[in-house]
This record gives sequence, C-alpha cells and structure tokens, in this order.
Amino acid sequence: MRYVLKRVRRLVVVIFAVTLFTFLLVNVLPGDVAYDIAGQDASEEEVQAIRADLGLDRPVMIRYVEWLGDFVQGDWGRSFRTDESVAEAIWSRFPVSLELMLVAQVFALILAVPFGIFAAYRAGRTVDRTIATAGFMSLSVPSFMAAIILILVVSLNLGWLPTSEYEPLSAGLWANLRAFILPALAIALSEWVVLMRVLRADLIGVLQQDYISLARAKGLPVWHVILRHALKPASFSMITILGLQIGTLVGGSIIIESIFALPGVGRLLINAIYARDFIVVQGVVVFIAFAYVLVNFIVDLLYAVLDPRIRTERSDG
Amino acid sequence: MADPTTNRPLHPARPTLSRFRRMRPITGKSGQFGFAFWLPLGWLLLITFCAIFAPWIGIQDPDSLDFINLQSEPNDAHLLGTDHLGRDVLARVIYGARVSLVVGFCAPVVGMLLGLPIGMIAGYFGGRIDGLIVGSIDTFLAVPGLVLLLLFSLIFGGSLLVVTVSLGLLFIPIFARISRAATLSFNSSEFVLAARTIGAGDFNILVRELLPNVVLPVLAFGLVAVASAIVVEGALSFLGLSVPAPHPSWGGMIAGGREHLEESPHISIFPAIVMFLTVLSFNLVGDTLRSRFADVREAAI
Repeated sequence: MRYVLKRVRRLVVVIFAVTLFTFLLVNVLPGDVAYDIAGQDASEEEVQAIRADLGLDRPVMIRYVEWLGDFVQGDWGRSFRTDESVAEAIWSRFPVSLELMLVAQVFALILAVPFGIFAAYRAGRTVDRTIATAGFMSLSVPSFMAAIILILVVSLNLGWLPTSEYEPLSAGLWANLRAFILPALAIALSEWVVLMRVLRADLIGVLQQDYISLARAKGLPVWHVILRHALKPASFSMITILGLQIGTLVGGSIIIESIFALPGVGRLLINAIYARDFIVVQGVVVFIAFAYVLVNFIVDLLYAVLDPRIRTERSDG
Repeated sequence: MADPTTNRPLHPARPTLSRFRRMRPITGKSGQFGFAFWLPLGWLLLITFCAIFAPWIGIQDPDSLDFINLQSEPNDAHLLGTDHLGRDVLARVIYGARVSLVVGFCAPVVGMLLGLPIGMIAGYFGGRIDGLIVGSIDTFLAVPGLVLLLLFSLIFGGSLLVVTVSLGLLFIPIFARISRAATLSFNSSEFVLAARTIGAGDFNILVRELLPNVVLPVLAFGLVAVASAIVVEGALSFLGLSVPAPHPSWGGMIAGGREHLEESPHISIFPAIVMFLTVLSFNLVGDTLRSRFADVREAAI
C-alpha cells in the first residue's frame, strides 16, 4: 500500500510539472496567438483587444491555475482555428492511434519471440550472431525510412496492399485493418529489436537454471522445455517493455501517422503545429505525456502485483 | 543488477528496463577492431570529408535547377539522377550531410556538457540532491522526445541552431544517467577516499579524481548518441521542421521524393541509403568503442 501511495505521489508530481512546463512554454514565449489571429496588418490596438478578449493580458500564473482547473474538469479549450473542442478532437482520434499501436506491437511480438528464442537457444553461435546483426541493422533504419521503403516495395512494386485511405471499423474489419498493416510494420521494424534482445538475455539466464536441466534429464524434448518451462518466466521483462513501448508510441507514431494519413493523435498534433494552433498543441502534448506517465504507472503497479519482492522493498528514487 | 550498497537503481521496480541494455556486442569478439569497425569508420571518414569539402570536390551546385533533366535517372551528368526540380541528387546528398553531421555531432556535445555535471553532482552528493535530480529527469522523460522537439520548433522556428540545441537538451537525461552511474561506482573507491583523507574539497574530488573516470564511459556512448541524433534530425527535417526548405537535408529529400516514389524512386532512395549507412556506421563504431572502453555497469544506467 505504501508502495502504491508512493507511486501515486510521483504520478501527481510528474503530471503537475508537465502541465506547468508545457503551459509556460506555449504561453510565455514569443509568437503570441493574438498576433496570429489578428493577421499581419492588424494595428496594435486590435491585437490588444483580441488579447483582452482571450484573457491573455492577465498574469501567466493565474491563467495557468484557471487552465488547470478547466483541464481537470475536462474542458481543454477550443481550437483557435477550427473552434473544435480540444478534448473532443483528441478523444475522437485516440482510437486510431491506439489501434495502430496495438497492431504494431503484435507485429513486433511476432518478430521478437521466435527470433529471441532461436538466438537464446543457439547463444553465441552463427544463428545468434545473424539475428543480432539483423537486429542491429533494423535499429539503424528510422521508422519514416522504413515506411517509405515499405510503400515502395510492397505497395508500388509488388502491388499488394495499395496505400489505402483510413476506413472506420464500421466499414468492415478487413477494410479497417488493411490501412494499418504497413504503418504498423514500419513501427514494429524498430520496436522488435529491443523486445528480442531482452527476451534473449532473460531466456539465456533461465535456461541455465536447475529445473531446466531436470526437465531435459527427464527426457523432455528441447522445444517442449523451452516453450512450456522456460518461456514464461523469461518473458517477464519483455512484457514490461512491451507495456512501456505502448506509452512511448502514443506520441511516437506522429511521423508514421502523417505519412500514411491515419487520423490519429499524432497527426492532430503535427497539423496543429503547422497551423500554429497553440491551444490544440498544448492539449495534445499534455495528453501524450499523461498517457505515457499513466502507462508507466500501471506497468509499475502490475510489476509489483506480479513480483512480491518489489512490494516489500524500500522504494526511493 | 547493480550492487545494492553503492548503486541504487533508478527504477527500483524494474530491474531490466534500460533500452540501451545489451548482452554481447555483435562487433567481433568483445570489442576487437575487426572489419566491422574499420569499414564503417572508412565510410564515416569519407562522408565527413565530402561534407567538409563539398564546395571544392567538383560536385554541382545543390540548388541549381536543370530544367532539361527533371527527375532523370542516374546518368553521366548526374551520377545519382535529379529530383523533381532538376537538382542534382548527389550534390544535395553531400550538402545534406553537412546538416546531419553538424547536428549529429553538436547535439550530443550539448547534452554531454549539461548532462555530465548534473549526473556527477547527483551521484556524488546523493541524498536530497540526487532525489531531486533523478525526479526532474523522470519528469523530463515523461514527454516523448519528438513531441518536445516539435514544441520547440513551433515556438522558436526551425533553424540549425534551434534544432541542435533542443536536440541536445534531449540528451541530458541519458548522459546524466550514465555519468551518475559511473560516479556512483567510483564513489567509494580507494582513490576518492584517499583524496578525501588528505583534505581535498568536493570540487577537487569531482574534477580531479572522478571526472577522468566518468568521462570515458560517457564519451564511449557519444558515438551511439550521434547516430540517434542523426535519426531524430532526419525525422524533423522529414516533417519540414528542421532547416528551412530549399536547404538540402536528408530527411527533407526523403520526404520530397515521396510524391514521385512510383516514377522515380531514386529521389528518396539514395538519401535513404546514405543515411542508413551513416547511422549504421556510427552504431557499429560506437558499439565497438563502447564495449572496449566502457565497463560501467549498464544495468544501472
């Protein structure tokens, strides 16, 4: 219980700091929205009028406290450009980002688990080194580059999966899922390496345990031992990292979403940045940070639930 | 896992979470300088040479438009072909290398100059200062790096300086963590104790005794940081938020060739290949150097 309280306290502090930082950055620094709204030929009086209208002429800390109060109550402001409610804009796009992220993680797992097992089983041998090298190269391909190459090879040259528009789930599962395959693959191509490495390292450790030798000595076949006895205890850290990656991916798929024209949170952010729509940017950044911290928090708690050693340990830091 | 008495892990709840955790280096046996070291090093030297001496090595002007050869395939006049405005792809790749390399080298230096002292102070003094610094780093990490960069580019506009500095800020946490871990592992060693016994002050111990030991693992991580700086700069310029438009950059070129991917893929593919080779080379060389020189416990980072 003390552990949970400690984590909750940290969560609150981090959220507070992130909102404050984002708010100050967006509001104090040059490039006031009032100038943007008034346009280039506006006189100073007009700008001041808009500023007073929006309440921008009051001290920044008061505005922050007000904004935070509204934010907590679910009022995240309205876009200066489209007058859309920021909260609605984010929540309507969030499912797309979530789906992209989940499909990407499924692909990453499909790559990571078999290769991780092979590499661990043949640790130090040619297979292991080949997989490690492939992983190393895969890590050196930025996701936007992977996306371009996938479009070029899979859609244009091979003619499979023509780059398609996003369809909502109501248009049918396949029509919906199809738009996610290439973008998810582009993300998975760098995510799987981290998972694979962690699984390999843990599996090597587990395979040296006595009970594995016992299982082998009983005459159980190698694959049975690995899949039924070793994989479960070895996949613990990998699953944790999988969870954390979901946290990062909420904001990390910005580029992929904009390349494949998926209407997700990342695309909302990048379009708001192009349009200099400060309120939207502010809302999305806080949302992304919040999602990240929350996922971290949940992973921490799950970890403590699964591993009693952590609950009893004195946790500072 | 780190020794619990001297090396308190940053995230007590998760022993094995570092993204930078590795097992064996893949480059030769334990950091030998094999061909997996020299080949990429050669490529890096070549690309650096071309970037520095770009105006004098007989390539074309990256901004001159050749209206007769729009989107032409690689040929004698244009070794890597031309883009949709008839600009020479080879010249643009080489001039683009200037942006990538400047950001790639300078951003980690900025991060190192700020992160190293922060991490050393946290590791050396411990206690409340350590808690505060670790806490702020965790907070800083709560906003994904790219989002933070987008925020900076929105507010300060895109220029080489802004990109370099804001990217550098993103490297503070990782350098702070490495130097904190290294400081912790040397904190209780005999030479620090000896210095303290003869009355050396905190500042003296930090600079004279600890710094030379901490700097090595930090530097060893430096080249890997260069690789990731180049990737992030590429992502930014891909989105058009790095150096302004007509100026060539790898990410910008890859993005620019996107609309012509079907007819003339070479516009995107050549800068992509060059960028891939460069990032891979920095990773390979960096990894070799790191496994050779950094014996700081990586689990603690």
